[in-house]
Amino acid sequence: MTEHSEVLNQGETHAAHVHRDDEGSKMAMWLFLFTELLLFGGLFLLYGAYRFEYADGFKVAAAEMNSFIGAVNTIILLTSSLSVALSIAAMQRNQKKLALAMLWFTILCGIGFLINKYFEWSHEIHNGVYPGGPGLENMSNGEVLYFGLYYVMTGLHGLHVIIGLIFISFIMVFIARDKITSTNFQKLENAGLYWHLVDVIWIFLFPLFYLLH
Amino acid sequence: MANGSLANEVSYLEYEGKHKGIMGWLLSVDHKRIGLMYLMGIMIFFFVAMTLGVLMRLEMLTPGETIMKPSTYNSVFTLHGVIMVFLFIIPAIPAVFGNFMLPIQIGAKDVAFPRLNLFSWYLYMAGAILAIVSLFVGGGAADTGWTFYVPYSIRSAQNVTMTTMAAFVLGFSSIVTGLNFVVTIHRLRAPGMTWFRMPLFVWGLYATSWIQVLATPVIGITLALIMLERFMGIGVFDPALGGDPILYQHLFWIYSHPAVYIMILPAMGVVSEILPTFARKDIFGYKQIAISSLGIALIGYLVWGHHMFVSGMSDTSRIVFSLLTFLVAIPTGVKIFNWVATLYKGSIKFSAPLYYVLGFIFIFSIGGLTGLVLGALATDIHVTDTYFVVAHFHYVMFGGMGIMFFATMHYWFPKVFGKMYNEKLAVIACTVIIIGFNLLYFPFFIMGYMGMPRRYYDYLPQFQGWHILSTVGSWILVSGIVFMFGNLLYALLRGPKASMNPWGGTTLEWKVPSPPPLENFDEIPIVTGGPYVHDKSTYIMHPSKEGINANGAVKTVNQEAAL
Repeated sequence: MTEHSEVLNQGETHAAHVHRDDEGSKMAMWLFLFTELLLFGGLFLLYGAYRFEYADGFKVAAAEMNSFIGAVNTIILLTSSLSVALSIAAMQRNQKKLALAMLWFTILCGIGFLINKYFEWSHEIHNGVYPGGPGLENMSNGEVLYFGLYYVMTGLHGLHVIIGLIFISFIMVFIARDKITSTNFQKLENAGLYWHLVDVIWIFLFPLFYLLH
Repeated sequence: MANGSLANEVSYLEYEGKHKGIMGWLLSVDHKRIGLMYLMGIMIFFFVAMTLGVLMRLEMLTPGETIMKPSTYNSVFTLHGVIMVFLFIIPAIPAVFGNFMLPIQIGAKDVAFPRLNLFSWYLYMAGAILAIVSLFVGGGAADTGWTFYVPYSIRSAQNVTMTTMAAFVLGFSSIVTGLNFVVTIHRLRAPGMTWFRMPLFVWGLYATSWIQVLATPVIGITLALIMLERFMGIGVFDPALGGDPILYQHLFWIYSHPAVYIMILPAMGVVSEILPTFARKDIFGYKQIAISSLGIALIGYLVWGHHMFVSGMSDTSRIVFSLLTFLVAIPTGVKIFNWVATLYKGSIKFSAPLYYVLGFIFIFSIGGLTGLVLGALATDIHVTDTYFVVAHFHYVMFGGMGIMFFATMHYWFPKVFGKMYNEKLAVIACTVIIIGFNLLYFPFFIMGYMGMPRRYYDYLPQFQGWHILSTVGSWILVSGIVFMFGNLLYALLRGPKASMNPWGGTTLEWKVPSPPPLENFDEIPIVTGGPYVHDKSTYIMHPSKEGINANGAVKTVNQEAAL
């Protein structure tokens, strides 16, 4: 794993194992997920405060959202969470091909989500509804803040989808090269955990921005 | 690399791995080398920020313009704050000595994620370079104060974006270090090292790391929002678009108040290391000190509102925040009393680290008690945004963390570098530093109480006497600090070799050679007792040679065969 554990392996006989700690690795991933939750937590706090302050403006703005696209995206992400979980199960049963196929499916779902998001954003931007855009000029403060938060929160979430896709792509390379096996799959599980987090955050974003009006 | 035994025959300073020379450091994943690389960076930025501080004091020598214009003064106090807080105070003890000592003190060969550890150093340097570059590009250095309060930070024409970006990157570095330490402490303790046998420095780091992990993301998103506001005008903090600047203050202090405990808890941990060593006595109230670290971390998370008593909050929240603030004083008091009780009937050996600790206890008590003046609603209104706050802050931060950083450097200097410094000169430097410190900052309390507002380059003539006293104090303090570093630098180059355990310390780092070998231990030791037991050794350093297995029991023939 590191320079000196190699030294260990070659030199010392009584401690001849590569330092590998799946529990530690999983713990680090969970801690990292806490930090992600708190990162979004700041934004949810702002959302809560402004929803309370500008209840009417938020209702008006939320009514303009296309909840159909939002619902489709929710289904896509939930399905991709299932497929990433199945991929871990397949890996545990040493079914490398199935695990890879499941990850391919996850990646397709992620890309599908982003394409939907792209059309949704470009539609709004086309209408001038973006920070500083002409569409916001005649809107109340509550609506302006709603769209400000909408772009920041879904944008940050979209960024996490992209990071998750990159993460999963690396994992697929590891699987293809047999760096991840049925006895050593903690990296895959960590990628799965990350992807579930991306999913969970969306599950909160969807009702807050699309359904509450 | 081919010869495995080489790793433990030479010290980490001399070891040559895959890479030679400077790359042997820049690409090293050894926690000790990374600790020293942090030390290099931190020292440089400390001197930059200290110079800025001295320039500010010089400006305040006379009323009106002395050496700089008001706008320059604004940039100088902003950068002094940003560099000191984000580049020195937060990372200094955890990133330098935490990295170096944590694995050794718990009997591990390295931290849990050595490569992540190196990555966090690069993040630190990237953030630092951004902060320095922001001085020279764009509309000039940020002039908002280190708190980046909106709406000014959104409107300022100066280069605020890059400075906040720097703080953002540094926060990421801090999170990575914290995460690494939490996992290290959970997973890599040597056999027999139960939670209540860990050295108290490790407890301090553990509490700190949790705050780093749980609080820093909040400042990350807050600073990111400032950048977005500046680029795009999303409106969440901009009153013109309906945003609420008070919410910014909440989000900022949700991180930045716990951050002051990130700064002080490791320093308190070192106090608990130095006292038992030089009092030749077990620490008084080990468990209470350990638990109080967690207590401070926990309550400290919930007191941020006391920075905003005059910003506009309901009376109910003010009373709640004030009460919680008073509660933080309890675990802090527990620590102070336990430290003093440790000295009681000890066989005290006065030495430079101990002098610093005694100075710390004196200064930190003043800083802590004046914190209660600020935590009380009525008195806070009188002294808000005056020099009183600045004095309190410097007493707890510089007097607390800064003085303890100096103590730490002396205490672990022989271990880290394998050299001894001149004791007499170190004590003289310590005395000069403590005198200069009090002369510099104590007048701030008096001026603040009389109404001198903070962050102005100018003042009424009636304050001049105190300002002169304070500026003279800054010269004394700086000469003490330069003298101290000179002494250490001389020791580094010409000092006599240090023995394995020059102070008679009882924790694991004193059981390995000075400087430690690359892998710290020939084999992972077994721990059989508490960390500060002076009359017998509580560590079995070579379990296999002594024929003892990981449970501390003598190995049977069968077990040996199984191995």
